[in-house]
Amino acid sequence: MLGWSAIRFKVEGNPLAEKIDAILPQTQCGQCGFPGCRPYAEAIAKGEAEINQCPPGGEEGVKKLAELLGVEPKPLDEAHGAPKPKSVAFIDENTCIGCTLCIQACPVDAISGAAKQMHTILAAECTGCELCLPPCPVDCITMVPIPEDLPHWKWKHPVVMLKQLDREEAAT
Amino acid sequence: MSRELFKFRGGVHPPEHKAESNGRPVHPAPLPKTLVIPLRQHIGTPAKPVVEVGERVLKGQLIGAADGYISCAVHASSSGIVTAIGPAAVPHVSGLPDDCITIETDGRDEWIAHAPLDWRAMEPADLRMRLRDMGIAGLGGAVFPSAVKLDPGAARHCPTLIVNGGECEPWITCDDLLMRTRADEILAGVAIMRHLLGSTEVLVGIEDNKPEAIAAMRDAAAGLDFPVEVVPVPAVYPGGGAKQMIETLTGRQVPSGKLSTDIGIQVFNVGTAHALARAVHHGEPLIARLVTVTGHVLRPQNFEVLIGTPMHALITLAGDREGATGVLMGGPMMGVPMPSLDVPVVKATNCILVKSAELFPPLPKALPCIRCTRCADACPAELQPQELFRFAKAGDFGRAQEYHLFDCIECGCCSYVCPSHIPLVDFYRYAKSEIWAREREKRAADLARERHEFRQFRLEREKKEKAEKLAAKAQAKRAEIAADATASGAPDAEAKKALIAAALARAQAKKAEAAPKNTDNLSPETQHEIEEIETRRAKIRELAHQPLEPEEKP
Amino acid sequence: MPAPFIIGRSSVTQVMAWVLAALLPGVGVYVWLFGPGILVTLSLATVTALAAEAAMLKARGYPAKPFLTDLSAIVTAWLLALSLPSLAPWWLIVTGTLFAIVVAKHLYGGLGQNIFNPAMVGYAVLIVSFPVQMTQWAGPLELTATPLTLAQSAMVIFGGDVPKATLDAVTMATPLDALRTGLLQQHTVDEIMTQPIFGHYGGTGFEWLAAAFLAGGLLLWALRIIGWQVPLAFLAGVWLTAGFLHFFDAGRFGAPWFHLFAPSVMLGAFFIATDPVSGATTPRGRLIFGFGAGFLTIVIRTWGGYPDGVAFAILLMNLSVPLIDQYTQPRVYGEARKGEAPRS
Ligand code: SF4
Ligand code: SF4
Ligand code: SF4
Ligand code: SF4
Repeated sequence: MLGWSAIRFKVEGNPLAEKIDAILPQTQCGQCGFPGCRPYAEAIAKGEAEINQCPPGGEEGVKKLAELLGVEPKPLDEAHGAPKPKSVAFIDENTCIGCTLCIQACPVDAISGAAKQMHTILAAECTGCELCLPPCPVDCITMVPIPEDLPHWKWKHPVVMLKQLDREEAAT
Repeated sequence: MSRELFKFRGGVHPPEHKAESNGRPVHPAPLPKTLVIPLRQHIGTPAKPVVEVGERVLKGQLIGAADGYISCAVHASSSGIVTAIGPAAVPHVSGLPDDCITIETDGRDEWIAHAPLDWRAMEPADLRMRLRDMGIAGLGGAVFPSAVKLDPGAARHCPTLIVNGGECEPWITCDDLLMRTRADEILAGVAIMRHLLGSTEVLVGIEDNKPEAIAAMRDAAAGLDFPVEVVPVPAVYPGGGAKQMIETLTGRQVPSGKLSTDIGIQVFNVGTAHALARAVHHGEPLIARLVTVTGHVLRPQNFEVLIGTPMHALITLAGDREGATGVLMGGPMMGVPMPSLDVPVVKATNCILVKSAELFPPLPKALPCIRCTRCADACPAELQPQELFRFAKAGDFGRAQEYHLFDCIECGCCSYVCPSHIPLVDFYRYAKSEIWAREREKRAADLARERHEFRQFRLEREKKEKAEKLAAKAQAKRAEIAADATASGAPDAEAKKALIAAALARAQAKKAEAAPKNTDNLSPETQHEIEEIETRRAKIRELAHQPLEPEEKP
Repeated sequence: MPAPFIIGRSSVTQVMAWVLAALLPGVGVYVWLFGPGILVTLSLATVTALAAEAAMLKARGYPAKPFLTDLSAIVTAWLLALSLPSLAPWWLIVTGTLFAIVVAKHLYGGLGQNIFNPAMVGYAVLIVSFPVQMTQWAGPLELTATPLTLAQSAMVIFGGDVPKATLDAVTMATPLDALRTGLLQQHTVDEIMTQPIFGHYGGTGFEWLAAAFLAGGLLLWALRIIGWQVPLAFLAGVWLTAGFLHFFDAGRFGAPWFHLFAPSVMLGAFFIATDPVSGATTPRGRLIFGFGAGFLTIVIRTWGGYPDGVAFAILLMNLSVPLIDQYTQPRVYGEARKGEAPRS
């Protein structure tokens, strides 16, 4: 653990990258073309990457990055993928053969289990990066969207734009 | 009886509509066939079910235990069989289901053994825990577990106890009727509160539009062995809000972001005091409450209702009418629309208000904000609603928070006065829930970052360890060979054997290492989770291996 | 749609209707003292404003009805019309109104979005572009030989054939103009004030007009449609600034009473500076806003290039509203603590 804190400490060396990293969603999916959020953050800090390459962060993430860096926001680069509803991976325990390949792929150690035993996803820790899907030899991992429940329910943005109201009325 | 009163800023005077329902006496609502009792009826952690499907429960039996300090128990409101434990419709604006315990009643209404508590002899902490386990929560609307509020904390005592009989929301009269008919019991509850909080001053604030309630409470107060001052306060919405009641009666404001106990004041609703008295003097947990059923019904009135009774049963009881356009739980200012009428009455249900087009005409369309600041003049929290609106609408939640979004009590005064008819409160609710969601997301991201970084570190360390081990091994081998070479006499076969043995040992060691993989650094919960899963799997395996004999036997 | 499910009786239409009603005493006095020409001006401005509003709403894809019936365009039109010289030519009225509605209101985003008071933008554009026409007032009836009838006024406004002599007989400089010209010709204030146009306080006729606007403004205040802060601070700004200057050199600076009752200060203080949309919103901010506008009015009247400064003063203060609002946030219920973390 001590060694680990040393690493964390070292990591805080670059304040800009740190700030960018704080905005990135930490899905660690690599869709941005970097092996995780931190390397992407560093690349942005160095000016080596565009700010619109992170689909999990969505347009809002781009906007926040633009604000932080004082540049114009731009639409997400579709080459890197489109945002999806937040999901978690689910392992079909009856199909899993316990090969540990997914464990090695998971960037946040959200899969527990050991060799030759069936594995389970720790839903609270899973970021939904989908990196565990391709290595599974028996395709037993699926992504399940997180269902909306009471504690996570959100009030929607009220629609009061007159233009829209009028259209609704015209439709009825 | 001329206490100096203070005026809080803002407020509005919506039509009261109290007369519709306060003229009829309280009726007990009949026992319904099915009771649906949500496990999350209070603020804090939901209760944990402690009964099983199929079990017979008695009236007043604990069915959901409090889970943690800020939590509250739930009880069976009548005797019957538990038929389901799981998601069911609850009175929440989202219409999303939540965990509930469903009881098919048997009509016998059979009480579980219960007895009064000897509260004067009990340790305060024990008494509070008992109250938590009897499901006592604030009945004024916020449903905060009362046991927590009855803990004076480090200050040891809370000099002023305010009993809130304000009931400023239009249409609602359940507190009014409760005070008229059960003033003695309310004050019996107040005595216990006073005991727990160590209060020296007890004030009962009642809006002056309830003269009968004021008279009844004064009568009851006269017969007490401690002084209780019943104070009529001017009727202005939201004068019954806890902070507003405090300011009206004492002239003091609860500091932003603090609790009223920080200035030595605690406020309880009259209904809570009544429930507390039932719990302590009769040993009855909170399984019933008064509910006003009013609006577009034939006989608007108050009912004494078992928690878990479906709302449609009450509306039928009050006489449903054609032309209802919706049902609110609560009053017109702060109530929430009900997704369906099958939802049960919960501890927070003070009123069921049936809307109709005449009573509640559809609100006119919103125009843009003209910055007239009437909303600011009406805001009891002394905010600048027009600015909050601007920021919330633009998604600038940071600025909204700077402008004290979280001090907004969602009273709706601003929306009420806005000449542009902007649904301002909707925007504040939206902004608040967005901010909470973001906080959650941020916490999740932080967790993911930490875990990712730890994994990077672990991989790094493993690589290094491996490299070191390899290097050490290579060295050992070289040394071995060198040793072999010096002991040239040794036969070849012997050396080979040694090498094989070494390889075997290595393989063994590796195997041992492979097993735990990433199961180190797990939190106890996760560990527990894994264990559970393992046992589940073991069961499945067992089942799979079991011979199929039983089926073959017949 | 969630709570609250009931609303009070107020509406934008109601607010604007009261503003118009409160202007009526002023209009009445105007007719009485300056002849019925103002009625033509008001009607023309109203029609132009409504037409412009309807066209702009259509162009921007908004429904016309809720916005046309909110009466805000008419309020703008009336305020502009009452600020213009009586008997201003029709094209002046139309240009000013169009500019107010199209540019100052709708190009800034329509109702509630405009940074500047539309009527004052219209006025400012006119006075910059047509300074001569903007300073030709028909004098008060008391001082003119042959008052114009409604028809005659309409003819003047619409550029009809009116004998030049008649016109010359009715138009004259406003008191502010006279003061300005007089001062430029090195007369002292006392000398100038002997001219008949100056009346008792703010100029013959104009002082009655000012009193009528004051009455209307007090009505609005009594109805809580406007707060007391802006008008009071505005008048205080005018009075104190003018008084200060007058105290130092009564020969070169007009008396504070004169400035208060001279044209446009009362109208500005109670009807224009109180425009909620372009004004400050916090109580302290409103004091600053009003005082600033009053102060600038006198500064511009005294040293500026135009005889009256109300319009420019208000526009300048409009510009500083975001800043004023931000720095005058009132304390909220309970102690104000900055940057409180959300409870969850
Ligand atoms: S794309 Fe994936 S890895 Fe890259 S920054 Fe976004 S979440 Fe992180
Ligand atoms: S479990 Fe799968 S989807 Fe979830 S974080 Fe790990 S690799 Fe990504
Ligand atoms: S009351 Fe309505 S229109 Fe007036 S300032 Fe508030 S939000 Fe804007
Ligand atoms: S809802 Fe919030 S902003 Fe509106 S008046 Fe109530 S406390 Fe003020």
